[in-house]
Amino acid sequence: MTLTIPTFSLISIGPWLTLALGAILILLVDALSKGRKTYFPYFSLAVLALAAFQTIDLWGAQSTDFARMVYVDNFAFLFYLILILGAALTILLSRPYLEEWGKDMGEYYALILFATVGMMMMAASAHMIMIFLGLEVMSIAVYVLAGFFREDARSNEAALKYLVLGAFASAFLLFGMAFLYGAAGGSLYLDELAKRLTDAATLTKPLTLLAIALLVVGFGFKVAAVPFHMWTPDVYEGAPTSITAYMAVAVKAAAFAAFARVFFLAFPAFHVNWHMLLWVLAVATMTLGNVVAIAQTNIKRMLAYSSIAHAGYILVALVAANQLGAVSILYYLLAYTLMNIGAFGVVILVARKKDSYLNIYDYSGLAYQHPGLAAGMAVFMFALAGMPPTAGFVGKFYIFSAAVQAGYIWLAILGVMNSLVSVYYYLRITVLMYMRPAEADLGPIAFTPAVTACVIATAVATVLVGIFPGWFYDLAMNSVKIFPSL
Amino acid sequence: MIQYVWLIPVFPLMGFLINGLYGKRLPKNLVGTIGAGVIGLSFALTVAIFLEFLKLPAASRPVEIVVYNWIAAGKFSVPIGFLVDPLSLIMLLVVSGVSFLIHIYSVGYMHDDPGFPRFFTYLNLFVFFMLILVGANNFLMMFVGWEGVGLCSYLLIGYWYEKQSASDAGKKAFVVNRIGDFGFLLGMFLLFWTFGTLNFREVFALAGRYPVGSGIITAATLLLFVGATGKSAQIPLYTWLPDAMEGPTPVSALIHAATMVTAGVYMVARCSALYALAPFSLTVVATIGALTAIFAATMGMAQFDIKRVLAYSTVSQLGYMFLACGVGAFVAGIFHLMTHAFFKALLFLGAGSVSHAVSGELDMRRMGGLKDHIPITYRTFLIATLAIAGIFPFAGFFSKDEILFHALVDGNYFYWGIGTVAAFITAFYMFRAVYMVFFGESRVDPHVAHHVHESPPLMTVPLMILAFLSIVGGFVGFPIIEGGHKFKEFLSPSITPVGHGGHPPVSLEIGLMAFSMAVAAIGIYTAYKLYMLRPDLPGWLAEKFRVPYDLIYNKYYVDQIYDTIVVEPIKSGSTLLWTQVDDKVVDGAVNGSASTVAWLSAHLRRLETGFLQNYALAIVLGVTLVVGYLLG
Amino acid sequence: MLVFNQLETYLYLALILFAIGLYGVLARRNLIAVLISVELILNAAMINFMAFNRFVAPHPAVGQVIALFIMAVAAAEAAIGLSIIIAVYRKLKAINVEQATELRG
Repeated sequence: MTLTIPTFSLISIGPWLTLALGAILILLVDALSKGRKTYFPYFSLAVLALAAFQTIDLWGAQSTDFARMVYVDNFAFLFYLILILGAALTILLSRPYLEEWGKDMGEYYALILFATVGMMMMAASAHMIMIFLGLEVMSIAVYVLAGFFREDARSNEAALKYLVLGAFASAFLLFGMAFLYGAAGGSLYLDELAKRLTDAATLTKPLTLLAIALLVVGFGFKVAAVPFHMWTPDVYEGAPTSITAYMAVAVKAAAFAAFARVFFLAFPAFHVNWHMLLWVLAVATMTLGNVVAIAQTNIKRMLAYSSIAHAGYILVALVAANQLGAVSILYYLLAYTLMNIGAFGVVILVARKKDSYLNIYDYSGLAYQHPGLAAGMAVFMFALAGMPPTAGFVGKFYIFSAAVQAGYIWLAILGVMNSLVSVYYYLRITVLMYMRPAEADLGPIAFTPAVTACVIATAVATVLVGIFPGWFYDLAMNSVKIFPSL
Repeated sequence: MIQYVWLIPVFPLMGFLINGLYGKRLPKNLVGTIGAGVIGLSFALTVAIFLEFLKLPAASRPVEIVVYNWIAAGKFSVPIGFLVDPLSLIMLLVVSGVSFLIHIYSVGYMHDDPGFPRFFTYLNLFVFFMLILVGANNFLMMFVGWEGVGLCSYLLIGYWYEKQSASDAGKKAFVVNRIGDFGFLLGMFLLFWTFGTLNFREVFALAGRYPVGSGIITAATLLLFVGATGKSAQIPLYTWLPDAMEGPTPVSALIHAATMVTAGVYMVARCSALYALAPFSLTVVATIGALTAIFAATMGMAQFDIKRVLAYSTVSQLGYMFLACGVGAFVAGIFHLMTHAFFKALLFLGAGSVSHAVSGELDMRRMGGLKDHIPITYRTFLIATLAIAGIFPFAGFFSKDEILFHALVDGNYFYWGIGTVAAFITAFYMFRAVYMVFFGESRVDPHVAHHVHESPPLMTVPLMILAFLSIVGGFVGFPIIEGGHKFKEFLSPSITPVGHGGHPPVSLEIGLMAFSMAVAAIGIYTAYKLYMLRPDLPGWLAEKFRVPYDLIYNKYYVDQIYDTIVVEPIKSGSTLLWTQVDDKVVDGAVNGSASTVAWLSAHLRRLETGFLQNYALAIVLGVTLVVGYLLG
Repeated sequence: MLVFNQLETYLYLALILFAIGLYGVLARRNLIAVLISVELILNAAMINFMAFNRFVAPHPAVGQVIALFIMAVAAAEAAIGLSIIIAVYRKLKAINVEQATELRG
């Protein structure tokens, strides 16, 4: 047999290359030159900006490349932009926090860039194995980042749990892909899968269903869906706060990108099989996340459970499997990126001294000592609770409308009830900040410019994206046109 | 310029944000300047838009500016749009103009209050919502404003929250208004369900296809009117307004006299196209209005707290406006709304200035003879009193007269009769107040008496401007002369007329005017007789007519009746439920749901053992379930 | 032998490997053993790919290439895993799973 090297264009994966090269450059410079480098954050931001420009430049393309392994389409691009935004905001948060721990090192930024490349691969995959590769590129970088504070036992424990369970879940994912490979008769292209699986439905249906089940497990793990969520609170609590923020938004976004792409593109014919499964997962995820969050007193852990609940909301959109549902996934991830990173920004500002102030009661009376900071946190809490006119409200509105449109009335009702439960613990923070006297003097908070800018920008954007959702709605609507089944 | 109409509410919103976020750090003068300045900007813009609108040819009116369609998803969207038509323009002018003056006044009045920035924050937010309410082009946005002004009213009534009575009054206003708002909400749902839209013009156009008296429109208009009775303090939901006087005086002037409480009247006038199709609803509106007008007026006769006198007079005047709407004279209702905004704001601000002079005293029995000490306040207060009493040529004369005139020519002698009697009582108790405050012997506390002083210019200038408006404001609606009624000509495109359009003879109109002047004059003379010539008479009369006097003095015991038949049963019922049922039954459901969740939360978290292999086991379990489900 | 020339044989082999791996992940307390067990599961998946490639797929190379990819990824994962375990060991002086339970609830 002969293997022909297919033609390809590097331009279509330009953003990946930029980030990967940038990351390698950081590693090289860090290794080859002496002294402490202070310019890595700026350089990383510049690289991310360049990647964003490349993405915008590519906007409108609608093709595949690298022997149909990679989609070059708006759905991928929109995710690129969300991922780049997440990475950039994370980097803004990082510097002073890392310095506090004495860990402001080049590889931190390189790893974030590498992880972002992996995420982009997931968002653009046209072939199952690309999804796996992207997932692993992302995961391996994030495992390291979770344990980045090597001298901290909690950070170690977080990395360990994430790695073992992550590898375990990836193995299930891989098993699923292998069965799919068999069921489809030797193809793993997403668009071909849809055809082949339906053609050969009777014979290989059990194998296909098994594969779908295992894929649900693999993706379910990455998005932290119940019962594959157990790692989330521990890892989110133990990891460096900036990385927690990054994991909560970007890892989730990438996983949902692949999740949606696979299930909307490859398995639409099996919607009858998986919709009830995801229905149950969505309800369990929302409910458990919101209920257990109530009992938390560590703010990082509370936000971890809240992140589980938010994964549940997005699963609702996946169940709906209509255009509005797909749009709402994109919108919600954007909104979640803004409000969650903002909230973690406040957490970083308040925590100080190697995370000494992570208890929610440390926020008592914050409004009297730092009104601006408290106002920002209040915005994020309102947004996470889904109150108008913030982006959090609009996102939930889209998701639940999509569910109603698709006929899942009860799912929408349960979702709304869950939002009501969540109001309790989000508002508790606001009440603590505004209506309680400070437990003890909070002491001075160092408002470093980058973190402050990040918090202000996300707070403003959370409100603006909520008030003006139209432009992003249109972009997202345009980008989900690639799913013929919706 | 018209396309910038959305900026009108944005200015106060900016003031709210600036004062809310940084008010504590900014110097007081700046806070006041920002607070009043943003309203000034709104007012200036409104005037500019008004002038431009006047130049528009009739064909291009009204202008609908849809700024933005919020959360468009499928067919549903939440439009943020403004309807610029004569009705909304008049409301915008009145609201922004009067608010501006009251803000300036507040800078002086609240100067020594420690919560100065908080006050302006709330006040700016109120104006924002009020402008949204009157500028909206759809019911939903109007409802947002409606709820928003309610919230601000609650915050401002309870502004001095350390005072128990103030925070109680705030709560009472909040609860009573919820009842009304529930009606509004139901009415809105009914309209959306029927017409599939909430846009004013679309709803009104679609409603035109329904026959007069159709059940659905009657139901919707009645439900909306329930909302109006709450917001505009009509029977049976008026009881919160007198208590609302616990708030600072500028708040009473702005929210509880000039603007928010008139929202109900505005809403009914805005929906004139719907009400025109529901004669039964109109009858209800007119009857409630008439009853409230006379009922509240009688209560005003026996009050000694100057702000409470004014509060009952506000309730009564609002009744007038509804009476006007109910007999189909929507234009007259809005006209009275406008003139009332001028003179009632002036009366409240005057009362504030008086209490400022006598160190916060509000009881008229401890005033008297103040006329020479605070001349500007006295003169402006007198002008406003003449206006509300309906003396030519002051503003109230024209608007009140027009309402009575309409009631009469439409053959509603009953409403006309009640309105006339209420006018008499109004003239009486308002002059009673003037005589008690400004004339006669000084009954001021001697400790206070020696430093009675006129208020600073920041407070007196708004008084003078409002006084000017109270004098000339009526002339835009000059009857009799052909073309003299500019107000009606301007407003009529916004209003669907009801009733006959025939032109009664001029002689009748003049005759009626003379008659109502005479009625007002008799009212004033009665007050003069009782409180100037024979100051011993009121006490004697009160003694002589003990039963009716007590009845009025105690406000017909309505608060007590409500307490007995509504509040207490609910309280004791809930106590019963709480002690008897809740512990046993409801605990598992209502109150229990919260504790159930908390219990669940505390227990579910134990699943997170921290032990890695338990987590792996959970994954395996999950895999088993998922695979089992899909293959099973 | 016929038995080596049919799909089922290899699928069963993979299943056995998978079961061993699963047992190891759930039951072993030594972190290194847990890591190796995960690798076993990955190998099981690889065998699946190879088997399907041999018996089902028309294209002879895809499954094998995928297996190569998985090897590379598994190696990277093992490297990271080992270094994390070393870091844990430095801190806890143990490589027992039961020691790492500070984070919970």
